[in-house]
Amino acid sequence: MIVAKKELLIKSIALAGSSLQLVISVIITVLYVQLRQTGTTDQFLFQSSYVWFAPLKIYFSSGIDGISLAMILMTALVVLAGVLVSWKINKQVKEFFFLLIVLSLSAYGFFITTNLFVMFFFLELAVIPKFLLIGMWGSGRKEYSSMKLALMLMAGSALVFLGMIGLFYASGMQSWDIQDIAKLNIPIATQRVLYLLLFTGFGVFTAMFPFHTWAPDGHSSAPTAASMFLAGISMKLGAYGCLRVATYLLPGAAQELSWIFIILASIAIIYGAFATMMQKDLKYMNAYSSVSHVGFIILGIAMLTKVAITGAVMQMVSHGIMTALFFAAIGMIYDRAHTRQANELGGMLKQIPFIGTAFIISGLTSLGLPGFSGFVSEMTVFVGSWERAGIFYRGATILAAASIVVTAVYILRAIGFAIWGNITNKEFLKLKDATWSERTATVLLVVGILIIGLAPFLFVHLINLDTTTIYQKLISNVLVH
Amino acid sequence: MDNVLLFRFEIIIAALILMLLVMSLRDFNTKVTAFLGTMNVLLLVNFLIGWLPMYTGSYFSGFFRTTDLIVFEKNILNLGILLISLTSYQWLKKSEHRLEFYFLMLSSIMGVFVMLSSGHILMLYLGVEMSTIPIAAMSNFNLDEKRSSEAGLKLILSSAFSTGIMLFGISLLYGAVGNLSFDSVIANLHPDMLTLFAFTFILAGFAFKMSIVPFHLWTADVYEGSPIAVTNFLSVISKGSVVFVFLTILYQLFGGLKDEWLYAISILSILSMTVGNLFALRQQNAKRFLAFSSIAQVGFVLVGVAGASVMGSTSVVYFILIYLLSNIAAFGVIGAMADSTGSESLQSFKGLYKSNPFYALFMVVALFSLAGVPPVAGFFGKLFLLTAGMNSKLYVLLGFAGVNLVLSLYNYLRVVKYMFIDEAVTTVPPLQRNRQLTIALVTCTIGLLIIGFIPAIYQYIDQICRM
Repeated sequence: MIVAKKELLIKSIALAGSSLQLVISVIITVLYVQLRQTGTTDQFLFQSSYVWFAPLKIYFSSGIDGISLAMILMTALVVLAGVLVSWKINKQVKEFFFLLIVLSLSAYGFFITTNLFVMFFFLELAVIPKFLLIGMWGSGRKEYSSMKLALMLMAGSALVFLGMIGLFYASGMQSWDIQDIAKLNIPIATQRVLYLLLFTGFGVFTAMFPFHTWAPDGHSSAPTAASMFLAGISMKLGAYGCLRVATYLLPGAAQELSWIFIILASIAIIYGAFATMMQKDLKYMNAYSSVSHVGFIILGIAMLTKVAITGAVMQMVSHGIMTALFFAAIGMIYDRAHTRQANELGGMLKQIPFIGTAFIISGLTSLGLPGFSGFVSEMTVFVGSWERAGIFYRGATILAAASIVVTAVYILRAIGFAIWGNITNKEFLKLKDATWSERTATVLLVVGILIIGLAPFLFVHLINLDTTTIYQKLISNVLVH
Repeated sequence: MDNVLLFRFEIIIAALILMLLVMSLRDFNTKVTAFLGTMNVLLLVNFLIGWLPMYTGSYFSGFFRTTDLIVFEKNILNLGILLISLTSYQWLKKSEHRLEFYFLMLSSIMGVFVMLSSGHILMLYLGVEMSTIPIAAMSNFNLDEKRSSEAGLKLILSSAFSTGIMLFGISLLYGAVGNLSFDSVIANLHPDMLTLFAFTFILAGFAFKMSIVPFHLWTADVYEGSPIAVTNFLSVISKGSVVFVFLTILYQLFGGLKDEWLYAISILSILSMTVGNLFALRQQNAKRFLAFSSIAQVGFVLVGVAGASVMGSTSVVYFILIYLLSNIAAFGVIGAMADSTGSESLQSFKGLYKSNPFYALFMVVALFSLAGVPPVAGFFGKLFLLTAGMNSKLYVLLGFAGVNLVLSLYNYLRVVKYMFIDEAVTTVPPLQRNRQLTIALVTCTIGLLIIGFIPAIYQYIDQICRM
């Protein structure tokens, strides 16, 4: 009894904490919007700075702009949903929620800081909790998957760090701050090297092809909440880094070399979609479809037009929420039916209608049905990409758009097999529908999807100033060699 | 009087040694608890006195010198011997040779202090010898064990060999420069053939002491054969102090040969990191594992050394402080395991978190620190070394350092996996707690967790390195 009480206490604290996070981030959003409406034009608002390692010019400096604000909102939403979905965890509860909280802290830290070293600190901070979450609460080949994930992410972060030291030295060892480095005019030869290092390094975190292999294994072994965090938040750390550090700070090299990442993103989109078709396991399915969807983010960033970048940011948030919902739904089904094989399930909508509906909504978002967030963000990426004239860019855009058809095939097939139809397995007749915590989590995430899907202008408005800043920086540097 | 006070650290150590003699005359060391308690208190006092304000300057016409940096280094080492004494409490309680252990350890630390303070190469040589020979006797401590005597013999032979090489280099240097005091060597150094030869031999001698690849072959065997307390001393105090001296040697004494040694150092660094990490991959004995890990760690230190700047020496000193805490904690846990299970195999760590959560947490903090995982201090230590290393623009070296970050993470995560994820093969009984070990482990762990968040420490080291 004492143990049970304590478990409940821990869970309640985690729930209260994550609700508080959501409330705080909404408050910050409101304040931010108000400040912007009064005409504040600083790039980052709410700036503050604390000395950390002064001789090395490392300051804990924070500042929020529209993009990081969007990411923070998304993180808060996914964290809260993740805590709610994990309500049934009963093994080593304290450690589980502790690690979840460390993960969410690292994500917030990463998004709000403007100091590259601090950013890296938080990026790395997120690696080990993932390792432990998968290793300790995972299933299947958890040792292999967790080790693979940790090592690949560490390799990515080693690349990132080398790139960041490069930026530090490029500033004459004066600053790690994004705002200072953005003012520099880094020689193009240095830019090329650093761009490749940083984009590839962050790309590993984003599960960019061909560095995506940690994602399917990791997701399939991870407990539900860890999957939601991994795909929802962690992958976005990488995408945010690709945009904010690699592209924004090294515009010259981005103009020259982004074609490499356009190719990789196109491959990821097509390959991810076809690989998804081959999967029977729902988690593997969503993991590969994440690879494909994250490809859109990379594509949007690498296309370097304002609309494409807006689309990429939208896709980050949209995919974050959507994939969290997807993994939550899969996790709920798995908890009950103890299988994730699409062909072994069936008739879930009849037996557990709430979870079935959640699955369908996330599926429809994933395939880009208008009204949901997936449609607007992918559409924006395509429109933005189409702005880049030239057969190469057009080709990549067409390929990416074509993948939507494949997405529709696998999503509809999964829904058809697992959710619709008749209950084939008698065991499933005993299944119970979602609990209160699962319902709350689902509703929260669906609301997030609908807000972006039905009122994308709110979102565009939020990040408009910042995408403009990034775009201005990109075009202003075209001629500097 | 001022000048005598320059020797404060050495005088206190000498006083402690004399006290030990008195104690042995009085047979005080047979009263186990009282004796060990007294020694711990004395070492604590020794550590605390070290922080009193200190004159700096030189004495014996430059043979002996003291700077703020040297004082700080001695303080770190004092902390080290205190913690080692605390962690080995259980072992010392059972051992008959408590007194000798302290006697030899203090003699060795005396040599280390002389070495650190030396302003003349002969003095340096004297210090190096004085610090090594007692360790050889210490590693032979488990008298009834064959591998312990093997370790002692190996250590004495290899260190005799390495000091021989170093001495040869010193004599060549004398031939080239004509005087062995640091100042005149610095003033008269020319990058001619003879000097380069001299430097190479001296470098090889130090590389032996720091067990840098390819001079590392003695390390694993000696670490495995020696008692855990001695291994701890070897890997932390002996290695750390030589790294400190090595900084002086490279940056000041051979500062004029920077263009030459930069490449030598980067090659040694690449070899050490890579070989250390690769060999650690498959080790099953905890001590051998940490031996190879410490080889890899020294490789990392050399990345910072190759930075050849104030940032380089700052980050090296900072890193050694962190490395000392992490290694002592790791050895402390291994010692506790060996005491109660009798096994030094990493396999016995399986499922440790379920049976002994506290020890598992201490161990995991130490391992994360060695691997460089935030928010543990090792993260900052390692990354500052890398940042400093960038200064010399040796991109290949940095590339290898990046690869080795991943390799070393695998090594340490393997142990973390054993403790947290795997099921126990044979359940480890709850380990005996003793207050001394707990104090030491808690100190190390708290240190490792907060050092990164106290900017003042790095700032202070930076300040004393600039002087």
